[in-house]
Order: sequence, then C-alpha cells, then structure tokens
Amino acid sequence: MNGTVIQRPDLGITPVGTHPPGELVASVHSWDVVTAADGPGTRFVTFFAGCHLRCLYCHNPDTWEGRNGQHVTLDDLVAKMLTFKAFITASGGGVTVSGGEPLLQNHFVEAYLRRCKQEGMHTALDTAGFLGVRASDRLLDDTDLVLLDIKSSNPETYRKVTGVALHPTIVFGDRLAERGNQMRIRFVLVPGLTDDPDNIAGVADLAARWGSVEHGGVVEQVDILGYHRLGVAKYKELGLRYPLADTEPPTTEQLTAAAAHFTDRGLRVTIA
Amino acid sequence: MSATVLGTTVAGLDPWRGFIGDGWRAGIAVRDFIQANYEPYTGDASFLAGPTARTRGIWDRLSAMFPAERERGIYDVDAVTPSTITSHKPGYIDQDSELIVGLQTDAPLRRAIIPNGGWRMVEGGLKAYGYAPDPAVAEIFTKYRKTHNAGVFDAYTPDILAARKSHLITGLPDAYGRGRIIGDYRRVALYGVDALIAAKQADKDACAAQPMTEDTVRRREELSEQIRALAELKQMAASYGYDISGPATTGREAIQWLYFAYLAAVKEQNGAAMSLGRTSTFIDIYLQRDIAEGRLTEEQAQELVDDFVIKLRIVRFLRTPEYDELFSGDPTWVTESIGGIGSDSRPLVTRTSFRYLQTLYNLGPAPEPNLTVFWSPQLPQGFKSFCAQVSIDTSAIQYESDELMRPRFGDDTAIACCVSAMAVGKQMQFFGARVNLAKTLLYAINGGRDENSGAQVGPQLPPLEGDVLDYEQVAERFDTMMEWLAATYVNALNIIHYMHDKYAYERIEMALHDTDILRTLACGIAGLSVATDSLSAIKHATVRPVRDERGLIVDYTVDGEFPTYGNNDDRADTIAAGLVESFMAKIRQYPTYRGAVHTQSVLTITSNVVYGKHTGNTPDGRRAGEPFAPGANPMNGRDKHGMVAAALSVAKLPYEHAQDGISLTTTVTPNGLGNSRHEQIRNLVGVLDGYTAVDGFHMNVNVLNRATLEDAMAHPENYPQLTIRVSGYAVNFVRLTKEQQADVISRTFHGAL
Repeated sequence: MNGTVIQRPDLGITPVGTHPPGELVASVHSWDVVTAADGPGTRFVTFFAGCHLRCLYCHNPDTWEGRNGQHVTLDDLVAKMLTFKAFITASGGGVTVSGGEPLLQNHFVEAYLRRCKQEGMHTALDTAGFLGVRASDRLLDDTDLVLLDIKSSNPETYRKVTGVALHPTIVFGDRLAERGNQMRIRFVLVPGLTDDPDNIAGVADLAARWGSVEHGGVVEQVDILGYHRLGVAKYKELGLRYPLADTEPPTTEQLTAAAAHFTDRGLRVTIA
Repeated sequence: MSATVLGTTVAGLDPWRGFIGDGWRAGIAVRDFIQANYEPYTGDASFLAGPTARTRGIWDRLSAMFPAERERGIYDVDAVTPSTITSHKPGYIDQDSELIVGLQTDAPLRRAIIPNGGWRMVEGGLKAYGYAPDPAVAEIFTKYRKTHNAGVFDAYTPDILAARKSHLITGLPDAYGRGRIIGDYRRVALYGVDALIAAKQADKDACAAQPMTEDTVRRREELSEQIRALAELKQMAASYGYDISGPATTGREAIQWLYFAYLAAVKEQNGAAMSLGRTSTFIDIYLQRDIAEGRLTEEQAQELVDDFVIKLRIVRFLRTPEYDELFSGDPTWVTESIGGIGSDSRPLVTRTSFRYLQTLYNLGPAPEPNLTVFWSPQLPQGFKSFCAQVSIDTSAIQYESDELMRPRFGDDTAIACCVSAMAVGKQMQFFGARVNLAKTLLYAINGGRDENSGAQVGPQLPPLEGDVLDYEQVAERFDTMMEWLAATYVNALNIIHYMHDKYAYERIEMALHDTDILRTLACGIAGLSVATDSLSAIKHATVRPVRDERGLIVDYTVDGEFPTYGNNDDRADTIAAGLVESFMAKIRQYPTYRGAVHTQSVLTITSNVVYGKHTGNTPDGRRAGEPFAPGANPMNGRDKHGMVAAALSVAKLPYEHAQDGISLTTTVTPNGLGNSRHEQIRNLVGVLDGYTAVDGFHMNVNVLNRATLEDAMAHPENYPQLTIRVSGYAVNFVRLTKEQQADVISRTFHGAL
C-alpha cells in the first residue's frame, strides 16, 4: 500500500468529464441516505468535495480536496435524489447538503436547494459557517434548517482546531438569527482540545444569544457530539498523519457535564 | 373455581350470543364473521397488562429445561410411537395451572416421530441424538408402509438426482413434511367440529353422482380422510376433557378450540413451516365479549394469550443435523400474521393484536411464534409506534407489505413460513425450496460442469474461449442453463408433491380448508445478489477467467470497478430484477401438478451459508465457500450507501414475478435510528412507511449492537433468549452454528458510524 491511490466512492451517477456549457456542475465526494443524523427523519445527504478548514478531529479527510471529488451535473444529482423521494417523504425526512464545506460551491448548492424545495423537500445545510458570507439570501430562503458547527467559542482554540478564524461563523450565526433561519448547533467535545469549561460555556452563550425556538429564537436543538476515532483508517489510507493520535473519546460524564452548559440556558440538547 | 372466573364451559350460554351478521351463519366463512364483529382499536399500548405470577411460573419451569435441550440438541423423544392426532396420552407442563392445554406428546419438549414423510429422517434424527430406532416401527415403514420419501426417489430422474447432489437444487421437501399449509384453525372455534364434518360430508355427497375420474376419486378419498381427521381431533380434545363438537362459548374456549386444531396439525405433520394463520383479531372478538360481559379482566385476557403463546413456543420436531445445518435454530415457523387493513379501509388492528406482541415482554423475546406484522402506512399511529418499540426492544418482529398483499390475496391473508402469502383456508402452496442461481451462472461459464467436482451436471456447452469474459456470451449461456434448470426443478417439485399427497396427505390441515382451493407451486431462488454482482462485473469491469489443469474455470481476476446491487443503482439493480423476471418466465413454461399456479420467492432463511459453502469462486470477487447474502439482500458489505439505499434496490425486484415473497433482512444499531427512544421509534416507523411506499415487500428488522452479538457468541449462557431475525424468521442467536453466528456478525451493520 503506497497510500497514493484514492478509491473514489461509486456515486451511481455518471460523472461528467468536462463542464458541458450552461450546465451547473459540482464536485461531489459521495452521497448517503441516513436516518437520525444530519437532520430529522431519513435524508439524502450529499457530501460536497472541498473544505478550507483542517479540523484536527475531522473524520472525513477524504472530502478536503475539491479535486478529489467527481463532477456531477445538477440534473443528475436531483434525479438521484428523487429516486428516494417516496422513502424520504414517508419518514418525514429531507435532503442535506454537507461536505466538505458545501458553501465552497455555493452557486450549485443554491440551485440544488431551489430544486429540492420545488420538489417539496425539507432542506438542511450542514456548514461550519466560515463561508457564511457566500450563502445568498435566496439560498437561505430555501434552507429549512442550518446545521451550524461551532468548533469552539475561543478564537485561539478555534484557529488551533480548524486553521481559520472564528469570527465569520459568529457573523453568520447572527445573520441566521436575524433572518429567522432555524438552526441546530453542533459541538464536538474533544478531550484536551475543546473541553475547557469556559470554551463550552462560550458556545452555549452563542447558542443562547440566538435563542431557543421555544423562546422565540432560532435554535431548535444543540447536538453534543463525542469525539470518536473512526476516521483513523482514512488518514492512513490517504497517507496523512493523524493529529489526535493520543486523544481518547470523552466519557459519558464529560458529555453530560458539557450538555449541562446548554440545558442551563434553556436549550434542548442531545448527546450522540 | 378459576374455571368460572375465566369462563370455561359455561352451561347454557349461547356461543354466538351478541354476534351479528348472517353470511358467516349460512356457511363456513370466518372472514365474514370477523368483518361483521370485530372492533378496530386505534389507541396506544397503555392498556396492556404484564405477566401474572402463574404465567411466570410456567415459563420459568420451561426455561429451566431449555439449556439441556440446547446442549443435547433435543430434550427427549418418544422413539416408538409414530405420531398421529390421537397417538399420545394428554401431556401437561403443570396441569393445575395451565389455562390452555395440549402438547404434541405426553410431556413438554418430548419430540415425536412422524415417519409418513420419510423413515430416513426419523432414523437419522434418532441416531444423531443417541436413540435407537424401534425395530418394529422400522419394519412397518420400510416394509409395509411406503413413505413420501420412498415414493419421491422412485420417480426422481437422473437430472434431478445430479442437480440435487451437486447442491444446485437444495432443501427440497422430499424427506419430510412440506409444510407451508395453514389450516383455518379458527373454524373449529367458531363452528365446532361437527359442523365442519357436516360441511365436508356435503361436499363428498355432492360428487357421488359424478363419473369416477381420477380427480373425483381422489376428491372422495381426500374428503374421507379429512372427515376422519376431524373426528380424531374431537377425540384428542376429549382426552384433555373438552368436547369441541360445538362452537366455543368464551374467549378461553375459543383459544383452546383453535389451539387443539393447530395441535392436531403438528401432531401429524412435521412440515418445514407449520404456520398458525391470522388469529389475533378473531380471538379479540371473543375476549372483548368476555370483558364486556364482566367475565374477564385485561390481566386475565393477557394471561390467556400468554399461555397460548407458551404452547406455540414449544412446538418441536425431530430433525437431522443436516437439516439443522440448512435451517438452523430448530425453527418451526409458527407464523402469526397481525394487523393490516381491511378492504373497507378499517384497520384490522385490535387490542389482541397488541396482546400478542406484548408476549415478547411478558415472556421475553423468542423466535416463535414468528410474529409478522402486515404493515401499511394507514395503520393506526399507536399500533405503528408499539410495533417499532417492540422491534427496537426485541428484534423479534418481521414486517410485510399489506399494500402488496391485500389487492392480490384479500384481507384475510396470512403468511406461511416467512414470506409466503395465502388466503386463509382458501389457498395452499406446494413448497419448493430453491435453486442456487449463483452456481447456475458458474455452470453457464463451465458448460454445465460443476466447478468443484468437475462432473457434467447441466447440459454440455462448448468451453468458453478467450481471456476475457464477454457479457453477451455469458448472459446467453446463463439463459440456456436457467432454461434447463427450470425444467428440472419443476419436474422435481411435481414428483415431490404428487408423492406427498399420496403418502403424507395433510388430513387435518386440509379439513380446515375449503374443498376447492387455489394451489401454488412455490419455486425459489438463492444467490441473487452474487449472480447479479457477477454479471455486473463481467459487464462493467474486465473479468479474466482462471483455468485449472482440468480446463475448468475455477477463479477470476477482476480489473476495474463495477456497480453492485444494494446501492439504488439501476445499472446493477436492473440485472437483479431481470433475473427474477426471466427465471419466473422460464418456470411458468412447465406444467404443474394439480394445476398449481407458478410462483417464486427470493428467500434463503439461514441456508445462504450452506449454499455459499458449496459454490466456488464467483466473478464478483466472492471467494469459494463464502456465504451468500440471505434472501434478496445485497452481498455483505457491498451496500455502501446505507440501509435505505439497500432497501430501495431490493424494492425494485418485481413482486409480480416473485409472489411467494422477497426477503430483506436489515440490522441497524440503536443509534442508527436516533438518539432518544422517541426518535428511534418515530424513525423506524418512517423507514417502514417508506419501504412500503416504494413497494418493498418484506423487512426483518434487527436493532442490535455488534458488540452484543460478539459477546453472545463468547458467552452464550448469558443470552438464552437473544433473538435475531434472519431472512424471514427469527432464531435464538445462541442456537445458530458458529459459522452462522459469524455470518450474521459479518453482515452490514447499518448506522454503525
């Protein structure tokens, strides 16, 4: 194994070689149909290729490089999504755009979400918010739920975890709150990295600032995600060093303690 | 004393008091009775009662016997008394506290011998467990009384014998009872035995003036046997102190009468699957009447259902280790069909539908009875949620699409075995096990020679030339080979069922059918996903054959990628759907015994392991001996896009061409369904609604962690009741062979991430 060959997931969609003129094309890593993750019900989740962030605990490093994706036309992606429509509708689910960072390909995503809304689907955008400025109002009008990852509330920790600045994410959150876009906050608890109580409290403060849905705000739920090591194999496959080699997943007690910061502020929390 | 409370024979009561409707009074018409008298229940599960101390006592007493049975293979056997309806004295678990009585022999878990199907099965079964066959019985069934098994082998052709020996056609019911016949056991409760005898006598009289053609002679003989069996049923009940010549008067009697009828069937037939039918809503009419009359409390109603289910859980047959290897875990397929929607749109869900499911809590999870929910998005929410909850807690339920069955078979349909739908009392099937489609593909490549033995089994085709397999060429040869296989297969089944009718006729089960019924010839295929992926590899990648010194192609190298079945990818899925349709078309060309209608299933039960064991390397990269995927499942680990995409691929298989059922087994971790229990229940309901909406037929739902199964494999003593669903039925995990346990664990766990 020399680790240089990247096995591309089979999309079941014929990739296009070059951009046919006038057609919207995206670089897509893969898709999945999942239940109980990335939004309510059963969902068609598209993982777009490419991300600016290099989160230390990222479990999908194979989605970092846009050039590793496969080119897919808008029509083909919508057609694939529609083959699941009956299933998705029956389960009260929808579609989710994820990545990578879907807002890197904001024009495509905007058009895709529009088509999904025309088909009557519930839509969710899974983003770190760093590129929130790229999300047009039209794109956000067609987004029923934003899954906003807050990696940290401390600018230094945020940069350490992701390699980029925190501020754009906060601006984006404020904008969503102002627009009334419902969101689900996601926070990954990584022992020794994001588990400082002040850091957690800061994330909870941000969520509280945008307000729980029950109290007229936009935050319907906060998901605390325990760091896990399932990405290790992918790093090996890609020939990358795994940055958190010595980090263990959090204990149930640590997760519960983190959740308390949010429940104390009247927010609904799940632990996964 | 307790008899009065629970309403055993209450003198002077009109058994039909309070019942309405006329159609069912004029003739035998149980469905009409149900439709006229049942009360749909649309609420939730909060009314249910837990187990009583009495129920727990009986179950504990039995549970204490299970470890010894598991260890020895059987608990005990009566090796000298060929079983008939009346062969054994009454048997009890605990006579003073049983509410519903009756055992197959004179003691619980004591198995009987049923030699009419075949002496070899009896002899092999006895010897395997250290018992000596009785010489007098052996002499009777080898010298004076021919068996079904002996008859079949008198007529088998060389082609059939070769295909059977090479494991191309396997699991044929040629050595034991064919099963998959559901007597309408409810008839005994509603009408009493005397009325049923009178109706059969009238049918017999009606054909007395006809010319005595072969059909009419057979009809008269069969009706005579049915009438005789009904009389024996009365006699057997009388030995337990019950007179069942008239209709049941109370709920307890209705269950007892119904159970006696079922018991008569399992005393006389060791059918592969001895299914119960669709009884819960029928029984509900009686239980609710008792409750309304103040004769019964909810706790007592549940107790009756619990006691009935205890009896169903200990139905046993003596089988050989070879049989157990094929169908592991000592299954009996006491399948009970629950729920569904009536043709007038009212749900057929009643409180007793809930009570049957509640037994999985009151007695703990168990594979039998094989509880089968007829799912429809139109089912009441409370029932849907309860089903999902029970699945999450016990993994013991299977689901089948009421939306696909109701228009074809009506709303009084039940499942025999795993996925075979039939109108109760109006339809039966000639069970035909299955052929190995993956191996057939290898025969096509090797010109009819077996890839393991080298023997010429199928028709001889010229050897394949060239270094790369050509899709068109392979597909054409595969078609030729399937043509031969279909002809051989239908011939085998015609012989088997001719002989079964002749030497091991199901007297009591057929007595509880209409005299004129629809028969189906239930063919089946195994290895669908292996054959599909192999063809996809040949079509989309470059497959080079590897030949051995005999010139046989025994392996393949594959260059390039190819789409696989199980990812909602039409490139692969249409191959699978095409195979189902084309094999069905070939089957339909051949005439059937007694004019049966051809059907087929895509179902393996646990035999996928044995099929794989006898099949060489396949062009999809599967190694020789590796298990197939069960039923219509995608191959292990090749469904890359999760459970829903896999389910969608399976849903594309045309039910029209597989009306004996298409089986999908899914395993999901609890987290894969959601974080909270509420969310898990809601999402499982959504998955089932979605699967039904896309015309999916059957889904086994296991909600389990991989770690649980691994621990159970290491410490079976800690998991006596761990139940998992495998391709159409449920088993105690700890009763599977190590090989099958490993197969189950290696299967895709959806939502493990």
